[in-house]
Amino acid sequence: MFWDDKMTTDLEKVKEVLGPKKQFVHGDTAVCYGALLAGCDFYGGYPITPASEIAEMIASLMPKVGGVNIQMEDEIASMASIIGASWTGAKVMTATSGPGFSLMQENIGFAYMSETPAVVVNVQRSGPSTGQPTLGAEGDMMQARYGSHGDYQSITLSPNTIQETLEFTIKAFNLAEEYRSPVFLMISADLGHMREMITIPDEVDLVYRKTPKVPPEEYVPFGKGKYGKEKVPEFAPFGTGYRTYVTGLTHNEFGFPATDDQQDHDKLIRRQIEKITDDREKLTDIEERMMDDAEIALVSYGIASRSALGALKIARDQGKKVGYFRLKTIWPFPKKKINELSQKVDKIVVPEMNTGHVYHRVKEYADCEVKLVSKIGGEIISPKEILEEV
Amino acid sequence: MADKNEVDVIDGKQLQDKYLREEMMPHIFCNGCGLGNVLDYVLWAVEKEGLDLDKTVFLSGIGCSSRIPGYINADALHTTHGRALAFATGVKMANPDLNVIVFTGDGDCIGIGGNHFIHALRRNLDITVIAVNNYIYGMTGGQVAPTTPEGHIGTTAPYGNIEPPFDMCEMAKAAGATYVARWPVFRPHQPINSIREGIRNKGLSFIEMMSPCTTAYGRRNRFRKIEDLWAFYEDKTILIEEYDKIDRFGTEEEKEELDDKIKIGVFKRSTRKPLEERYRDLLEEFK
Ligand SMILES: Cc1ncc(C[n+]2csc(CCOP(=O)(O)OP(=O)(O)O)c2C)c(N)n1
Repeated sequence: MFWDDKMTTDLEKVKEVLGPKKQFVHGDTAVCYGALLAGCDFYGGYPITPASEIAEMIASLMPKVGGVNIQMEDEIASMASIIGASWTGAKVMTATSGPGFSLMQENIGFAYMSETPAVVVNVQRSGPSTGQPTLGAEGDMMQARYGSHGDYQSITLSPNTIQETLEFTIKAFNLAEEYRSPVFLMISADLGHMREMITIPDEVDLVYRKTPKVPPEEYVPFGKGKYGKEKVPEFAPFGTGYRTYVTGLTHNEFGFPATDDQQDHDKLIRRQIEKITDDREKLTDIEERMMDDAEIALVSYGIASRSALGALKIARDQGKKVGYFRLKTIWPFPKKKINELSQKVDKIVVPEMNTGHVYHRVKEYADCEVKLVSKIGGEIISPKEILEEV
Repeated sequence: MADKNEVDVIDGKQLQDKYLREEMMPHIFCNGCGLGNVLDYVLWAVEKEGLDLDKTVFLSGIGCSSRIPGYINADALHTTHGRALAFATGVKMANPDLNVIVFTGDGDCIGIGGNHFIHALRRNLDITVIAVNNYIYGMTGGQVAPTTPEGHIGTTAPYGNIEPPFDMCEMAKAAGATYVARWPVFRPHQPINSIREGIRNKGLSFIEMMSPCTTAYGRRNRFRKIEDLWAFYEDKTILIEEYDKIDRFGTEEEKEELDDKIKIGVFKRSTRKPLEERYRDLLEEFK
């Protein structure tokens, strides 16, 4: 793949390596399958429960598709290696869990500042610190939003089935390329280790970052995009003669340090944020069930949304007017949709596998009563616990 | 070592015009700083080796020394403090056709970046690492570094440094670099030759440049003028060949004097397959 032929993906070869079209696999495997289908050329990682299976499967699959896999010395280095690789034009990924995600944060900030496409998968376990290494949680949702320092806008996806984990991994790569940004795929350990039937798609829509078509003298590496989104500049991979200076310092549109000027910083960071928030509606992805006559909405995501679905069925059987409203994109937050929802229902219930990361955001934009059902400690929230608020 | 062009075909001014980014001037280096010399030597080495700048990536961490790539008209990745070698690993593994040259400071390399340093040495990618050792944290104003000599003053060691200093070349040798050298900046020929040899060496080449910092280091350590620091380095350094001779055949007094000396010269030349070549072999098995 990458070593021979840059910025293309041999989908037939990948499908041949992945094997049967229908397979019974766990979420960590689905991440690897999705990555290869998306054209991942480079993986740099460091083992950690419950994400180690991703590193292991990538190690076995990558050479078969001609891609690069390297186990780095820690997660700081993992994140660094994928950014370095991305600047050669490679599609890149790393995967980790809470402790490693924390170590990656400084270089994640560098990826935002340098507008480097990269996919970071976090198979979440209970924290803080070493916490409950083998048990699931969704306690890193705010770290995915605000984990690094300074101002930036995160794109974060949260699937709730194994099939969706595969599809969202592909989507994460496409969004990273489209917006020149890190993209987070957040699953809980429960999803990482749970098995379901998946179908490997025949066709995959693949996005590649736009490269400059002008000669090097006319190329403005951090200026206006010419062929795609205006706020997403074209990307010239290292070695293609464009001679780009990439720095984590505040820089002007030519990439040169501009650390003393308030306006340079303001202009740069606001463009980087707006390139994503301008598309908030487009990035919003919501699954609704039985919302037409609902008086109470269960706003959920990730593993907790599976229990919310159970709660929905029980409540409807009991004749209660409950609806299901699942967030598939967490960040940028679908604030308009949440506000519209709160005009329609009397109450919103937010079940979460943390102490209320998304609940507070819902409260911020909802005009109705909002209740949190919080569970931590590694046991999945039950439909019964959710129903107590209904 | 075969010299391709013994005679310089261009002069210093032409070298600058060919390789420097005019837009980045004036540079941020203080008067008397050795970083300008280091940049100059690297450019001469690049010129004499005929490296294609379109296929060369310069990387660096954070610090004064890490600002060097900004002045070179080539692809460059100015990364986070201590992490340049981890970024470089990604660049080289993802595209082994690129020439990779890394600039790092002593704090960047062996302080905050120590772990990446060891593992980069172990992996032995075909990259060239120029570590500029000014024996202090320069950019942040003179705090003590893991390289600061015992007894010397840093802003965070106002009563003198009580920690023993690190020798980066010893680490480089031990952990697997295939070319290791150290030179002070005050003579151009040996450093330029070493950087050339480093570029040519198929593996990780580590070149430590002893570089004066009057602003953050000299001032507090009775080297007020740049000449004082140069004289100190001149007096302190001893060629490795000379050192070995005294070590084996010298008198007791001569040997005693060695304790105080900093060895300079080429410490190691060896061959070991670089990681990217090993990975290429692995890929071949699946073709
Ligand atoms: C994570 C992190 N910690 C601390 C700093 C602050 N900092 C910037 S440069 C520097 C020291 C650099 O010293 P050295 O690597 O020796 O390079 P020099 O400036 O002396 O060339 C420090 C501590 C930083 N930028 N990032």
